[in-house]
Amino acid sequence: MLGFDFDGVRFPPAAEEARTRIRAFLEAEHAAGRIVPHRGTWSTFDAGFTRRLGEAGFIGVTWPKAYGGQEASSLVRFVITEEMLAAGAPCAAHWVADRQSGPQILKHGTERAKQVILPAICRGECTFGIGMSEPGSGSDLASVRTRATRIDDGWRIDGQKIWTTNAHNVTYLIVLARTGEAGPSRHEGLTQFIVKVDSPGIEVRGIQDMAGNHEFNEVFFDGCFVPDDMMLGEEGSGWDLVTGELAFERSGPDRFLSDFQLFVALVDKVGPTPGRMSAVEIGRMFSELSALRRMSTSIAGMLDEGAQPLVEAAIVKDLGTSFEQALPETARRLVAEEADRETGEVYGEALAETMLRAPCFSLRGGTREILRGMIARGIGLR
Amino acid sequence: MTLDHDQVEIAAIVEDQADRLLRDAITREVLAAADGGVFDAALWQKVSEAGLPLALLGEEAGGIGLAPRQAFRLLRLAGQHALPLPLGETMLFAALSGTSGDAPAGLALSADGVLQRVAFGADVAVVLLAEVGGWRVVPASELQVTSEGRNIAGAPRVTLTATGGTSLLLPGWLARSAGEDPVLALRACGALARAAGMAGAMRRVLAMAVDHAATRVQFGRPLARFQAIQHMLAAAAEESAAASAIVDSAAEAWGQEDFVMRAAVAKSRAGLAAGRVAAIGHQVHAAMGFTQEHDLHFFTRRLLSWRDEFGSDAEWDGWIGQRICTAGGGALWQTLIDATTTVEREARA
Ligand SMILES: Cc1cc2nc3c(=O)[nH]c(=O)nc-3n(C[C@H](O)[C@H](O)[C@H](O)COP(=O)(O)OP(=O)(O)OC[C@H]3O[C@@H](n4cnc5c(N)ncnc54)[C@H](O)[C@@H]3O)c2cc1C
Repeated sequence: MLGFDFDGVRFPPAAEEARTRIRAFLEAEHAAGRIVPHRGTWSTFDAGFTRRLGEAGFIGVTWPKAYGGQEASSLVRFVITEEMLAAGAPCAAHWVADRQSGPQILKHGTERAKQVILPAICRGECTFGIGMSEPGSGSDLASVRTRATRIDDGWRIDGQKIWTTNAHNVTYLIVLARTGEAGPSRHEGLTQFIVKVDSPGIEVRGIQDMAGNHEFNEVFFDGCFVPDDMMLGEEGSGWDLVTGELAFERSGPDRFLSDFQLFVALVDKVGPTPGRMSAVEIGRMFSELSALRRMSTSIAGMLDEGAQPLVEAAIVKDLGTSFEQALPETARRLVAEEADRETGEVYGEALAETMLRAPCFSLRGGTREILRGMIARGIGLR
Repeated sequence: MTLDHDQVEIAAIVEDQADRLLRDAITREVLAAADGGVFDAALWQKVSEAGLPLALLGEEAGGIGLAPRQAFRLLRLAGQHALPLPLGETMLFAALSGTSGDAPAGLALSADGVLQRVAFGADVAVVLLAEVGGWRVVPASELQVTSEGRNIAGAPRVTLTATGGTSLLLPGWLARSAGEDPVLALRACGALARAAGMAGAMRRVLAMAVDHAATRVQFGRPLARFQAIQHMLAAAAEESAAASAIVDSAAEAWGQEDFVMRAAVAKSRAGLAAGRVAAIGHQVHAAMGFTQEHDLHFFTRRLLSWRDEFGSDAEWDGWIGQRICTAGGGALWQTLIDATTTVEREARA
C-alpha cells in the first residue's frame, strides 16, 4: 500500500465561463447589500438568495435537462460552489439539495420523484435536509430505530431524528429508516425515504447551538405517511445509498473553505508588510489550502467519471476540517485582537463566528474518528 | 486527448521499468555503502542507461520528453527507493540546459562565489550555478572542493568554489515566473525535485509502517487492530496523499509562468508532511525502527534532510506569505485558484 493518487483534472472552458458568470452574480448581490461576506457560509440559510441563484441557473447544473439541469460537468458545479464559499454567500438553503439530495434522487429516485422535485430544486424553490442521526445513533448510523412500516400505497414512519439541520426551513428530508431486520452485517433492512416536512405526523422542535443560532432540530415522526414513489432505491438498500451519498457530502470545498473569509480578514489585518512569523504562518496555511483544493478538484473529476471515491473523500474532509479548525487558532497567535461578534469590526467578527462554529467541523458529516477508521480500512489495516 | 493517452502510456512503461530497476539495484548494502558518502558509479550507470536523467528533456534535444508530471513522478519513485544519487539535479540540468551531455550534474546557489552544500559536489561532471547576475554552467575541471560534508541522510553535500564556466540563459517562462531572479528560479526547481523525492519517501514509510502494523503482534493481536495505531497511520496516509497531490500540481506548471509559486507551495506542503510522516513511521515501528539495522531510517533521514534543502518549508512559507500579504486579502482567492487550477489549454505542439 503506497498511498493514494489524486490525479489532476483539467477544468474545461465551460468551468471558467461559469466562474465569470457566478462572480458577476455574486458581485451584484454584494453591491445590493444582500451578502455580508464574513457572516455568510454554507450554513447560513437565506431562501431569497437561493431563489435568485436558481433563477440565474446556478443550481443543479450537472443534472439532465429533462429535470431542469444543464448537463454540465461536475467541475462546473465545483467552480460555482467554491466561488460562493469564497465570497461568503449564504448558501445553506440549496446546499444539501444541490450537493447530495438531488444527486441521490437522480440516481435512485422514481420517475415521479425526479419530475416533481429536481426542477423545483433547480429553481431554488425546493430545499432539503438530512435525516440520518438519532438520539441513540450518531456515529453508529446503522443502529437507527426510526421505523417505516408498509401500509396501503406507501409507508408510515414512526420515530425520531435529531441534529437535523434546517428541518424547520426545508421542504423535504431524506430519512433513513428501518424497514427490516438488520442481519449479521447490521446493514440490511434500511431504506431511505423522501419525506415532506409539512406532512401530518411530523413535529419539528428547534435546538439552539452554542453560538446561539437555531440551525439544527429534533424531528418527531408519528404515523407520518410517505407514498410509495417517494422511496429511494430498493427496499432494504438504504445502507449502500447512504454510503454513496456521503461521498458527495464529504469531498467538496465546503470542507475547507468554511472560514475563508477569516483568512481574507487576517491577511488584511496583518497588512502588506508582515513580520516573519506572520508571513510564515500565512504562507503555510496557503500551502495547506492549496493541497486541499487540488485534492478536492481531483475528487470532482472522479465523481464526474462515476467513481465512488469514499476513502479519498474521507481524506479531504479530515484534512480540510483540521485546517479549518487550525485557522482561527493561528489567527489569534498573529493578531492581538479579541474575537467579538458585536463591534461590527470585520476581523473580530469573523474570528468570533469561526471560533464558535469550529467545533462542529470535525463532527458533522462523520466525525474525525469515523473518517480515520475509514481511511485505515482503505490502507488495509482493518 | 489521444496525445495525452499516448503520453500516459509511455510514462507508465517508463515508470514501471524504473520501478523494477530501482527495486533490484538498490539493496540494503547499496544504501548502507552510500551512507558513508560514497558515490555509487555502478548504480549511476544503470540509472543513466535507463534514460532517467533525460525524462524531462524534450525529444528534439535527445531526451524522453515525458509530460512534466510524469517526469517528476520518476523523482517521486526515486525517493520511494531512497536512490542515493543526484538524479533530480541531473534531470533538471538536462531540461534547463537543453542538452543530454554532462552527467551527473549538481545545482548550486551561489553566495559570493561560494557554492554551499552541493549534492555529490565532488562527483558531478558539471554544476549549474545560479548567482545574482544569472546562471553559469561550470565543468568539474573548474570546480574546487573546499570542504566535504554530508547531510543527515549521509549523502555528500560539498562546498565548492567555481571559476569560469559559460553563462546559460534562463528559459523565459522560468525567468518571468521568478520575477527575473535567477537564484530564486533555480532554487524553486531544486525545491520541487526535493518535494517529489519526499513524496516518494513518504509513500514508502507509510507502506513500511502498514506492513509492520499488520505483522507485529502485541497483547495477542497485530498492532493494526489497535485503533490508536489505525488513526496514526490514517493521518500519515492523509499527509502523504496531500504531498503527492501538491507535487503533481507544481510539476504540471513546469514550462509555465506560475511555476515558482507552485513549486514553493509544493515544497512547503511536502516539508510539513515529511516531518509528520517520519514521526508516525517511527512511532509505529518503535524501538526496532530506531536501529541502524532496520531500513526505516534510510527513508526517514532522507525526509528530514530533504525538507531543509533548497529552502525549508518555513523559508518557502515566509516567501509565499510575504507575497500574499503584499497582494492583500482581496487577491487571496484568485491567487489560490491560480496556484492550483489546471486549465484545459489548446494542445501544445
Ligand atoms: C452542526 C451540526 C449539524 C448536523 N447536522 C446534521 C444533519 O443535518 N442531519 C443529520 O442526520 N445529522 C446531523 N448532525 C449529526 C452528526 O452527523 C453527528 O453529530 C455525528 O455523526 C456524530 O454523532 P454523535 O454526535 O452522536 O457523536 P457520537 O457518535 O456519540 O460520538 C462521540 C465521540 O465518540 C467518537 N466515537 C464514536 N464512535 C467511535 C468509534 N467507533 N471509534 C472511535 N471513536 C468513536 C466520535 O468520533 C466522537 O468524538 C449534525 C451535527 C452537528 C454538530
